[in-house]
Formats: sequence, C-alpha cells, structure tokens
Amino acid sequence: MKKYIAERLGTALVTILVIIFVLFAMMQLMPGSPFNDEKLSRELIEKLNEKYGLNQPIYVQFFKYVKNIAKFDFGISYVINKNISINLMLKTRVPTSMRIGLQAVSVGAVIGLLLGIIAALKHNTFWDNLTTVISVLGVSVPSYVFALLMLYFFAYRLGWFPLLYTKTEPFRSSLLPTFALSMFTIASIARFTRTEMLEVLDSDYMLLVESKGISGPALIFRHALRNALIPIVTVLGPLVVGLMTGSLVVEKIFSIPGMGALMTAAIQANDYNVTIAMTYIYSVMYIIIMLVVDLLYGVIDPRIRLAKEDSGE
Amino acid sequence: MAREKIMEVRDLSISFKTTTGILNAIRGVDMDLYRGETVAIVGESGSGKSVTAKAMMGILASNSIVNSGTVKFTYNDNGGESKTVDILKMSKNEIRRDINGKHIAMVFQDPMTSLDPTMTIGKQITESMIWHYKTPKAEAEAKALELLELVGITDPEKRMKNYPHQLSGGMRQRVVIAIAMACDPDLLICDEPTTALDVTIQARILELIKDIQVKKNISVIYITHDLGVVAKVADYVDVMYAGKLVEKGTVDEIFYEPRHPYTWGLLSAMPDLDTRDDRLYTIPGSPPTLKNEIKGDAFAPRNKYALNIDTRIDPPMFKISDTHYAATWLLDDRAPTHDMPPEIKGRIERMLKEENK
Repeated sequence: MKKYIAERLGTALVTILVIIFVLFAMMQLMPGSPFNDEKLSRELIEKLNEKYGLNQPIYVQFFKYVKNIAKFDFGISYVINKNISINLMLKTRVPTSMRIGLQAVSVGAVIGLLLGIIAALKHNTFWDNLTTVISVLGVSVPSYVFALLMLYFFAYRLGWFPLLYTKTEPFRSSLLPTFALSMFTIASIARFTRTEMLEVLDSDYMLLVESKGISGPALIFRHALRNALIPIVTVLGPLVVGLMTGSLVVEKIFSIPGMGALMTAAIQANDYNVTIAMTYIYSVMYIIIMLVVDLLYGVIDPRIRLAKEDSGE
Repeated sequence: MAREKIMEVRDLSISFKTTTGILNAIRGVDMDLYRGETVAIVGESGSGKSVTAKAMMGILASNSIVNSGTVKFTYNDNGGESKTVDILKMSKNEIRRDINGKHIAMVFQDPMTSLDPTMTIGKQITESMIWHYKTPKAEAEAKALELLELVGITDPEKRMKNYPHQLSGGMRQRVVIAIAMACDPDLLICDEPTTALDVTIQARILELIKDIQVKKNISVIYITHDLGVVAKVADYVDVMYAGKLVEKGTVDEIFYEPRHPYTWGLLSAMPDLDTRDDRLYTIPGSPPTLKNEIKGDAFAPRNKYALNIDTRIDPPMFKISDTHYAATWLLDDRAPTHDMPPEIKGRIERMLKEENK
C-alpha cells in the first residue's frame, strides 16, 4: 500500500508541474503585455517592466512564477478589481463554492447509492422503474431547471427557503442550490449503482455467499456493495470536482458569490492572472480528488492494494 | 447398519419464466440420498441437474416457478434431534437461517469467480460460523485454520490473510471446500467441482472431497457431465435428460449394465485409450428445447432404438433391480429385445478386465 500511495503521489506532483509549465507557456505565447497602452511612453513601459520583473530572462521569470504559484500566491488582478490581490478575491469565494459543492455531492451520493441499491434489489419492479425514471430525468434535465422549479415552489410559493443566497444564513439559503446541483449526481450515481449491483448480485461469489446462509444487510453491504463500489467511486470523483468548483448557472440564479461567477468574469475581462489562478486551483483540486479516488480504490479493492507486492514475490 | 435417508425428492417440477416464454427445466424428478453416501447426477448441459441442486439449496433464480414436488431434507438440529423439513415449503429467510451453510453447503463450478474478491480467505471461512452460531472470533479462526489444513493448504496462517486473487485455481477450490465445511454440514452439493480445473488438480480435489466425506460422514451430491468423475466418486448415479431422470442405479449398474439408450450414448461418448475408432462417438442431434410441451419420450428423436410408442407416450420408470431403474420402453415386455450396442459391450468388457487386473 505504501508503494502504491507513493506512486500515486508522485504522479500527482508531476501532473501539477506539467500544468504549471503549460500555464506559463500559454501566458508567454499570448500576444501583447499588460502595458499595451499607447499613452505610455517607451521609458515608462521599460520602468514598469523592470518594476514587475518582466525584463528578466524567461527562466528567471519562470522560477519566480513557480515559486509564487507553489505558495498559492497568484499576484494581483489587472481588470476586475484593479491591483487587488487575487488571493483576497478568492478568500471567500473558494470556500463558499466548495461547501455548497460538497453538500451537493454528499446528498447526491447518499441518495443515489440508496436508490441504486433499492432498484437492484427490487429488479424489474415498480421501484426499479421509478429509479430509472429519476435517473433519466436527473441526467437529461439541466440543473437550472431544477433550480428554477425549486425556487418557485419552495422559496416563492411556500416560503420555506430564502430566494437568494445570503451570508447571514449561509446554510439555510444554500439548501436549494445544493439540491438543484445534486440532481445530476443522484441520477448518475443511482444509475451506476443499479448496474453494478445487478452485475455483482448475479455473480458466482454472491451465490456462494447466499449458499452460506448470509442474508440481509450483511449480504448487501459487506459483500455486494463493497464490490460494486469500485466503479462507482470512479464516476463520483469527477462529479465532486465539477460541483466543488462551482456551477456557473446555479450560482447566478441564487446569486452565490462563488468561483463559477468569477471564472466567467475573468475570461470575459481578459484578466489573465485571475484566469490562471482559477485554472490552477481547478486543476489542483481535480488532481487531489483523483488522488483520493485512487487511494480509495486501494482501500476498497485488495487486488489494487496488493498488486505491487505480489509482483515482487 | 440402517441407512438413514437425508434427502428425498419427489415429483419435482420447475419452470423458468424467460423473455421468450416458459421453460420447463425439470419435469418430475425423484431422488433419494442416504447419509454418508454419494450420488452423482449426470447429464448434458441444460438437462436440469444444476436446477435440481439449486432447488435443494433454496437458491433458485428469482424467475423460477416450482410447479409441483417435495424436497424433504432430514437433519439433526442443534439439540441433536432429527428434523425433517420440506425445503420447497420454507421461505427464503428460513432456508438461509436454518439450512444454507449450516446443513447443506455447496461447492461451485468455477473457483476463479466463486470467492468474494474483496474479503480475506480467513474472513470468508469464519463468516458463516459467526453468522449461524455466533462462534467467538478466535474460536472460528482456530477452526478455519484446521479446515485449511484439512483441505491441504500449506502455510494456513499466511493464507488466512490472503485475498482470493493471491491463490491459484486449485487452492481456491480447496478454500471453497473449506468454506462449505465451516459449519459441518450434513450434505455437500458439488456442482461440477473440477470442470474449471487443471486435470492434474482434478484428481486431487476429488480425493480431498472423498476424504472429507469419510472423515465427517456426510453425504455428497455431485453434479457433473464427466463420467470419469462419476466412476471415481459415486455410489449411485442418476442420469438426467431434458429435465427428467432416465436411468438410476448403483455406479456398477450404470457402468456395466446400462439399460437406457441415452446412457449407452453417454458411455460411448467417453474417451477411451483402447477404442479402435479414431473419432470420438457423439450422440447425434441435440437436446430438445424445453419451451414446448414434449410429447412422448424426449430422447426419441435422437434414439436409433426408438419405438413407435416413444413418440406418443413418455415411458415410465421400469424396475430392473432394487436399485436400478430406467425409463425406456425397451424394457417393456412387449418391446423387441435389444442388446447393448456392440461398441459399449466391448468397452464394458475392457473395463471389467481392467478392474480384475
């Protein structure tokens, strides 16, 4: 297991390095500079370049950039909030998006798993069909439709929840966006769980477990779900990242000050530093989640955990 | 010593609901099994031998329908009292609680797929002891070690902590047998236990099951299409064809005095070093589809000795001796007398010679 973890960690680090390099290269390849202003005199531009270190050789700039980005120091924003540190801009946005995303993923995973298990156990019955309908709806209907429907019924009609996200009630006002976002996760996890569980329940080893007389929750959770979980975790990983980095539309509908909104603003305003910062954070989160997924594989599946040691025998 | 009957199957008939209609997998099967004895159920794929075993285990697929029959199983419950139950009348939960693993255990065909890949060998063996008898963990583990030694696994302490993928096929089948023996069952059902194994391992696994059977005085049902296996292990043989029993008898009666043309065919299809013909005999045609009602003898279309009556009326079981029965009209007094085909005769003579050597 140690070897496996070390290997995964190594791969993750290399991937991050590659991303850092690609981001830098893209920045260098982009035409122009931040000081592309006709009103600025040649001397002034040179002065500015010197001030910001842009006249130094590329490799010096590169190492400086690597040093800063490794410390999660992304510099300042040029356009959106002039000369304000990007870290300051992200300080509240990243946690807000991550929290709502995590809520949505947790809700989605738990409900999805339960639905999938029920559907597989009650194969070809009303419950199975219901799950299939929910899955198809959840996957095909965009989350903003759910968001608007929920807003209309639960916030506007019934008044159970606030219409918009407010910092004074960060949990209660985040429930509607959480559910709107979780629909897709519920649907895809339910569908995968159902398929995987059906396959596992049909396997020879489940027949053996049954022939041992094991039944009930022990049969389902100890044997069936554990084996079905391996592919489910793979699907869950990317879903987690997608939700944690904030959804553009849902954040807009509930006016949540999250990452999604900032990302679009940055791209539209050509605010390179912000774009790079967001891309970098997005990538690092993705890599971390995939690392966690890989480690989870090892925990769930002994064939992966022990693969290395075996070949050494 | 009086023989103690532990399994009595009467008029068992099972169908399956499939997308293309009803499939009549078993059409009236009778079977008896006594303590300490071995019965082999022989037949082609689809003859209903596995379904019969699964009915005894109460692990029939969910699309099965039991049309008729009783499966009476006699076992000693915890108090040591003899108890007889009809497995077909029990609920799934009752069977799981009282029968499966505890009194009837099963060894499956493919050891590569029949162990849970995410659980250690040790846990898979101790699981049913802890489940059924609430055996303390240490005690269960000690017994698991004993069982692993019994099934001939070297270094059992290390193997307890192994996962199935770290073991070879032969070892896995030994583990499956150890799992089956965990709660000291009265009956062990082996569903083609050696089909998926290497020939060199096959003999050892069969020896092993035989050894355990003698040591623990349990009954064994073998489900197989391999007559070589039957000859090695069985006391009694039930030959099945198209969901029916066509011939039953002691292993000697089936091998040396077969009476049913289907049994003749099966024996002829067994490879043999001395057969003069280079080509292996096969029974012409293929088994009937069990989706339609079968009129008369199901084997008639493939049977060169078929009589006129075979196409109209299904033959009953004719008694040949106290232990030997066959369902063929050839045994009726009015039927023309047919000797066994000469190939079979020659083979039996050779077998007898071998035996007497």
